[in-house]
Formats: sequence, C-alpha cells, structure tokens
Amino acid sequence: MSTLIYTESALRPENAIYRKVIPSGEGWIHRVEPGQFLRIVDLEGNQAADTFFFHADDVTERYSAQDTIREQGAIYLTTGTRLVSNRRRPMLTITADTCGRHDTLGGACAAESNMVRYSLDKRFMHNCRDTFLLEMARSGHPVTKRDLTHNINFFMNVPVTPEGGLKFDDGVSNPGKYVEMRAEMPVLCLISNCPQLNNPCNAYNPTPIEVIVWEAA
Amino acid sequence: MKTVLYEEVLPPGGMWSMRVRRHRRLVLTTLAPGGNVSALIYNHEQPLDRLNLPDTLKALHTAKLHTGHVLMSDMGRALASVTADSTGWHDPLGGCIDAGLVAEKFGTLDYQSARNDFHRNARDNFLVELAKHGLGERDIVANINFFSKVVVDDAGRMQLDRAAAPEGASVELRAEMDILVVLANCPHPMHPPGDCPRVPVRVELSDGAPPEAGDFCRNFRPECARAMALTERFYL
Repeated sequence: MSTLIYTESALRPENAIYRKVIPSGEGWIHRVEPGQFLRIVDLEGNQAADTFFFHADDVTERYSAQDTIREQGAIYLTTGTRLVSNRRRPMLTITADTCGRHDTLGGACAAESNMVRYSLDKRFMHNCRDTFLLEMARSGHPVTKRDLTHNINFFMNVPVTPEGGLKFDDGVSNPGKYVEMRAEMPVLCLISNCPQLNNPCNAYNPTPIEVIVWEAA
Repeated sequence: MKTVLYEEVLPPGGMWSMRVRRHRRLVLTTLAPGGNVSALIYNHEQPLDRLNLPDTLKALHTAKLHTGHVLMSDMGRALASVTADSTGWHDPLGGCIDAGLVAEKFGTLDYQSARNDFHRNARDNFLVELAKHGLGERDIVANINFFSKVVVDDAGRMQLDRAAAPEGASVELRAEMDILVVLANCPHPMHPPGDCPRVPVRVELSDGAPPEAGDFCRNFRPECARAMALTERFYL
C-alpha cells in the first residue's frame, strides 16, 4: 500500500455552527452552503460513513464516483480530491483528512446486496440503503431511490490490485480520525452511518460518527 | 446452435437501445482496433431496478468484468451474464465521455460541417436514448466500458491500456431477465487527445436457453448463483 498523507484542519469544534452525533444505523440529511466546511469524525474508529451529495437546488446534479476518480486519475479520495458531479462540476473539495484514504467503489449495503453477498436469509438485517430511503422520504427534498447511485464510503479501505482484484481490507481509520471538505456549491449531504455486521467495514462493531459544520472562511 | 435474430452495425459515435428478452444473447464485436462501447442496463419491466456496478464489483471481488461475471442490479438481481469475451477485461471504473471531454481531446466537429460524422459523446447519447424510454439524467448510473482496460496501480492511479482492444474483440451477454440495453459507441473518457477513434461495432442478437444448474456463470461464484436466484424469484 502506498504511503498515506495525513492533513489536519485548523478549524476548532467550539467555533462550529452545527454539531450532531449520528449513532450507527441512523441517517442524516443536511444542506451545506458554498464555502461552508463539513467535517465527519469517526468517533470510535473503523466506522464507515456512507455518503451522497446532491446539488441542493437541483438534485438531478449529484456526486459521480466515476467522474471524480477519472478526473483526478486515481481511485482513492483524500486531501485535495475534488468531489465531482455527474455534470463534471466540483461539488466539494476535501481540505483535511487524518485518515488518509476513503473508498468510492464499494457502494452502500442494501438488503438485496446483502442477500447476494452473504446469504438469502440476510434480507432482514438493517442496512444503509434502507436508511437512505427513509431519510429521503422524510426529508421533503425531491430525492428518491432513483437518485441513489455510487456513494462515498468515508473511512473505508477498498484497494484495487494491478490485476483488477477488489479487496476489502481492514480499515485505516482510528478513533477521532476525520475528513473535512469545503462545499463549492450548495449541497445536500445524505449520510447513513453504516450498520453492516457481515464484514469488517465497521470492525463488526458499528459506532457513532459526528458531523460538524463551520461557516465559510 | 444459435439462430441469429438480428444484426446491425453501430457506426462510430452511434447510440443504440433495445429490449433484450430473457435468455437471448447479445454479442458486440469491434470492427477495428481500439473500440470502446459505453453501456447501461435496466430491468425492462421496472427500470428503477438497474445496473449497479458497486454491488456487482463487491459481490464479485473485482474491478474488471469478464466471462463468468453476472451483472447485477441494485435489487440484487442478475440482469445479464458475461457468457463469453475475447479480451478478459472490461472497464467498470472510467465512466462515460461527455461533450466537454470530446471537445478537449478531439476538437469540435459539428453537424453543419461534418454531417453524420460529427463528434458525439456517450453522455448525450445516453440522454437521448434514455428519453425514448421515458428515462433521463437521473437514470444515468455508473456505466460499463466494454473493450476498455483501466489498470489501477498500488498507489491507486488509473491508466487506460490502449492495446487491450484489437480488431475483432467481442463480448457476449446473456440476458437473465428482460432488459433494456443502452449503448454508446464513443471513445473511452481516458483516451488521450489526438485523433478521435472511429470504430464500428457489430451488434448481434440471437436466441438462447436458460442457464442450467451447471452453467459456468451461475457457478462462477456463489454470489452469481444467488443473484440468479433473485431474478428467478422476480419471475415467480
């Protein structure tokens, strides 16, 4: 594995305009204005935060994993990564990252994909997509299953080998690690704090994350 | 023996869509070197059930697609299986080329000056072709690039291997349900600047049979069998 680069932020939680702890298995949807900073903190370590972004005023424009990785020429997200929309416009820029690597290939867990990956009787376990669908339905925003595509898995480590293999490695995150980004357009952020118990993405022990928002610098 | 039901050549820049009935076979063949076909697949009856590459890749533990792989929907269903291919590597990472990238890489060539040889792009082709089925931008999910090979090194850097698609490269899909297939015969978005590649691609539809218990794709991984089981459940 290549060397991970860690960058810290000068922003202090006591100066934030918004803070919320999201327990595992729960969701969050929130508007972030251009210039504002959004930090996601892995409070207890090795916790996947499954995340979507939409243009807050036109949700048809949304985060695109394929455009993001191709435009930066690399599959991992970290400091300096511009999160690009399906119209190839920058939505957010990652400005600090004490974890060093985040995944955007592995997608989110769903009842149905759990059935395929593990066994047909896993259907009734809680999963990220159910959280997304409920958050979207309750939000009043015009987002539905139709808008769910590739998401970001903050704090997850999914390496690709030169032979084209995909691996689910142990997380590279630890308690207190965070990723921070600056919004480049008004964005709607949708998070599921992943409840997956069938693989090590949450170290078999899903734990809370915290989201923190600061005013534009 | 298979019976060819229909055959057509997709010109460079061309777009195409068709309902492919369950268990029929669709073969794409490049008629010049350096081909790339961007593709999307939907459940024809219920298009909200559609190709999900993250779910497909993580179920198969792969970042490339080839023979044996089952292309899965976000409802865990087998949409189609890759029953044969000549190159062993089809790209699920690079996405589709849009108008801006085509202009940056290959220059502008409009209809007024070039007539039907004008520069088209996969994203606009998807928008046009999807609109014919009542679908639109929100339905454009991550696409496959048949015949393209994108290699990722240990640092995560992506590189397009341009030598991977010789003339005559082919891939065969077996529909596992009635699917809507949308194709754009446009350059890979990581293709280097210069001359715009122009590769005609033959599309051939033929009859086929349901996958048997011993089917290669069904048994490629247990995940493939479970995705096929979920499709079979859809047809109960």
